[in-house]
Amino acid sequence: MSQEYRFIGKATARKDALEIVTGKAQYIDDVKRPGMLYGKALRSPYPHAEIVEIDTSKAEALAGVKAVLTHRNVPDWKTGIPRHVRVLDRKARYVGDAVALVAAETEEIADKALGLIEVQYRRLPAVYDVEEAMKPGAPQLYEEFPQNLVPLDVKVFGPKSLSEVVMGDVEKGFAEADFVAEGTYAYENAANPLPLEPPGVIAEWEGPDKLTVWSATQSASWHRFIMLSKMGFPDIRAISTHCGGSFGSKNYAAQPLFYAAALSKACGKPVKVMYTKEEQFGAFSLRLGSRFRGKVGIMKDGTVTAVSGTWFVDTGAFCDMSQAQVAVGCGEAQLMLRCANWDLQTRLVLTNRCASGVVRGFGGQELESAFHPILSIAMEQADLDPVEFFKKNYVKPGDGYYWREGNWWVCRGRDYSKAIMDGAEAFQWQEKWKGWLTPTSVQGTKQVGVGLGIHGNADVGEDESEAYVRLNPDATATIHACVSESGMGQRSSLCKMAAEVLQLPLERVGMTPPDSLLNPFDFGLVGSRGTYAVGSAVIAAAEDARRKLLELAAGELKAPAEELDTRDGKVYARAKPDRAIPWSRVMGIMQTCTGFGRFKPDYSVPNFLALFVEVEADTETGKVDLRRVVAATDVGQIIDPPSLEGQIYGALGAAGMDTALFEESILDRKLGHLLNINMIDYKWRTFSELPEFQNVILETPIPTHRYKAVGVGEIATSPGPSAILMAASNAVGRRLCEYPLTPGRILKALGKI
Amino acid sequence: MKPGKEKETISLTVNGETYDLEKGVRPSGVAPWHTLAETLRETLGLTGTKVGCNHGACGSCTVLVDGKAVLSCMTLTVECDGKSITTIEGLGDPAKRTLDPLQQAFIDHTAFQCGFCTPGMIMAARALLDRNASPDELEVKDALSGHFCRCISHYHVERAVMDTAKKTR
Repeated sequence: MSQEYRFIGKATARKDALEIVTGKAQYIDDVKRPGMLYGKALRSPYPHAEIVEIDTSKAEALAGVKAVLTHRNVPDWKTGIPRHVRVLDRKARYVGDAVALVAAETEEIADKALGLIEVQYRRLPAVYDVEEAMKPGAPQLYEEFPQNLVPLDVKVFGPKSLSEVVMGDVEKGFAEADFVAEGTYAYENAANPLPLEPPGVIAEWEGPDKLTVWSATQSASWHRFIMLSKMGFPDIRAISTHCGGSFGSKNYAAQPLFYAAALSKACGKPVKVMYTKEEQFGAFSLRLGSRFRGKVGIMKDGTVTAVSGTWFVDTGAFCDMSQAQVAVGCGEAQLMLRCANWDLQTRLVLTNRCASGVVRGFGGQELESAFHPILSIAMEQADLDPVEFFKKNYVKPGDGYYWREGNWWVCRGRDYSKAIMDGAEAFQWQEKWKGWLTPTSVQGTKQVGVGLGIHGNADVGEDESEAYVRLNPDATATIHACVSESGMGQRSSLCKMAAEVLQLPLERVGMTPPDSLLNPFDFGLVGSRGTYAVGSAVIAAAEDARRKLLELAAGELKAPAEELDTRDGKVYARAKPDRAIPWSRVMGIMQTCTGFGRFKPDYSVPNFLALFVEVEADTETGKVDLRRVVAATDVGQIIDPPSLEGQIYGALGAAGMDTALFEESILDRKLGHLLNINMIDYKWRTFSELPEFQNVILETPIPTHRYKAVGVGEIATSPGPSAILMAASNAVGRRLCEYPLTPGRILKALGKI
Repeated sequence: MKPGKEKETISLTVNGETYDLEKGVRPSGVAPWHTLAETLRETLGLTGTKVGCNHGACGSCTVLVDGKAVLSCMTLTVECDGKSITTIEGLGDPAKRTLDPLQQAFIDHTAFQCGFCTPGMIMAARALLDRNASPDELEVKDALSGHFCRCISHYHVERAVMDTAKKTR
């Protein structure tokens, strides 16, 4: 049962609510700098080509054009892991790869100038399939990566970074199994996280080594600490505006940042690079492609005895964070399946399409969505109810797993069995589950089926966070932490945590803007870490400030600090609550009182989310409709009810559940073009098609920080695709294994076409 | 105006204030290809109207033109001569700093996450309530079905709009 708090757990207005509903909230395209120019990129029409000649003279001569850059005159900056992605290169590696940049006084002039650049390409053969790309003789994207394999031993999370799961004895494990299922399945629709606001960056050099960047980002500090080493270590000040959605993709935006910074350096003026929707669709950040060839062994009672196989990860035309996703995916597979014997190998492969980048789900969603069909076959063979199977096999306190940095962690979190069972009850799973490949009901051509997916992540305690909390004599408090707002409401939730520690009215607690110059280090809002990791730093800073304040008051109140307390901006001895003195008297009007807090990584408290789904398939048209969703989780303690609910509803967005139904980036494998890079051809769920959505949220205290809470936002999308695959298979009575389940695929499975 | 001579300006009434904007390519003017969204954001500095896709498919740029919800990224400013436009900045009473009941309901229900779709959603919901003070849930969904929200604020938005309708009926 959750504890009663003054602010924590109460629905309160978001701190930025008024700005948002009045249109005053500033997003990146609302920001203008004096003398600002507009940058645009010319993009390759070919999936793989060498640039033989590039003539920019006509573009340079156009009035209003201030700079034109090509591979010949861009700065020698590189991104990618390992470093292999230049600002502009002699080669284009996907349709949409930038080949030249223009800065001009207006966007119209910049666009016109792009049309005046003449490029001669020498076309090269291209490759789009992850296994074809690995074959000898396949087109090579980069000389340094034979067979298009990107190295996995790059120490992305330190010397022991996880790139495989090997433990126990799989031969023995399979020998013990009653059932073994195997096959090759894929989750390769490379859907787009597609935040509504396209990515954008403004760059402004204040000197040769001093750069300020404004951007809409999910994690304000990344444009400083990740980009420093890629750009020859200038002093980068990274400022985040309000961010119009990210879902991973706008944690950082190396390409637009490179373009804006290179153009700004060339012109000596601030430059804004704002992607169009088409660029966001076709030249920014897709989900990883994921294919799994492997097998799983289970016993009659659902015990998993062995997992083996190879996970092929398609990163597209370059690789900038994919090793990290491979590492987290390998970790999350172990959370989903308690198993003593593993031999899970991975391959990270380049292909000639728009690159994959960071997307909510971060490796785990991709691996599990491809692995699930095999698990389903095993469960079907054993005639096991998936509720029982997942309840039995999700990591429990005392179980161990290798996490992304390669260390062995023992779970000290929750047993989430009750969350699964409460979710099943709310969903009426027992009434609806009729067995594998069996519909719940059939009415004419409409067949209903149910499915379940689960997911968990131990990254809730990832990386480091620092915060200051400054108490001011006017009885206000200011949190200094480098935290952006991209929709999670986390800035408001952090204010709640500090207000609770300080017993200060919530409206008296504020926060500095997300700006690396004003704030200590924070890794950012990724992997659901805001609640535990950032929260811990802010709570510790507030506690530190409170302790210092009470020490300052001890003399005047003639009592030791331990016997003092503070409430509503006054300090008093608990024994004499009537004699309270204001903070201004405690610290004087020319002082402040500042505390510091730091969080160190802790991967021992995985979170958890189950999605129960009900779909209705029309066997005549092949259309599958999502009718009902029940999400079940245990968050320890709710911080802000509407924000948490919103995060879970997010299961329907950001290339989540609907990647099983209709979301995909459709690639023309002859010409290399993505065919649906606009918001009409790329399908998305409208208001009119919303399913009934119920959240079952338990609050069993979890050993994190003083509020016993854990975040779940990032994982909301992850269990969805596999849950829908299972539900649709049951609805039509056929094993469906391909994402997305277009009407054509359903009708084909039914033998109708 | 002399007969046969074209008017030199485009006259827009935005949030109650009338602007006579010069025709032409100067930054303060209206070029034939300028969309209403561009004029509002770039020329008049009213950046509360958001441009999500710039091809009429996401709803984020919705404003009211003579009381009707339109996509300002698909409307040319020259088509709006003499018309009255309301943007998110013009809701409620900005002078008295009071909010439209819909804005208050969006705050009370936390009917947004990243907030980028919110101005467009509120404008479309305003147009709906102005023509139908008591919509049912289906009518609310229908009125907002052209609005893309990737965070999935839909459920909260629906509650906020229904709640406003109930309170102001």
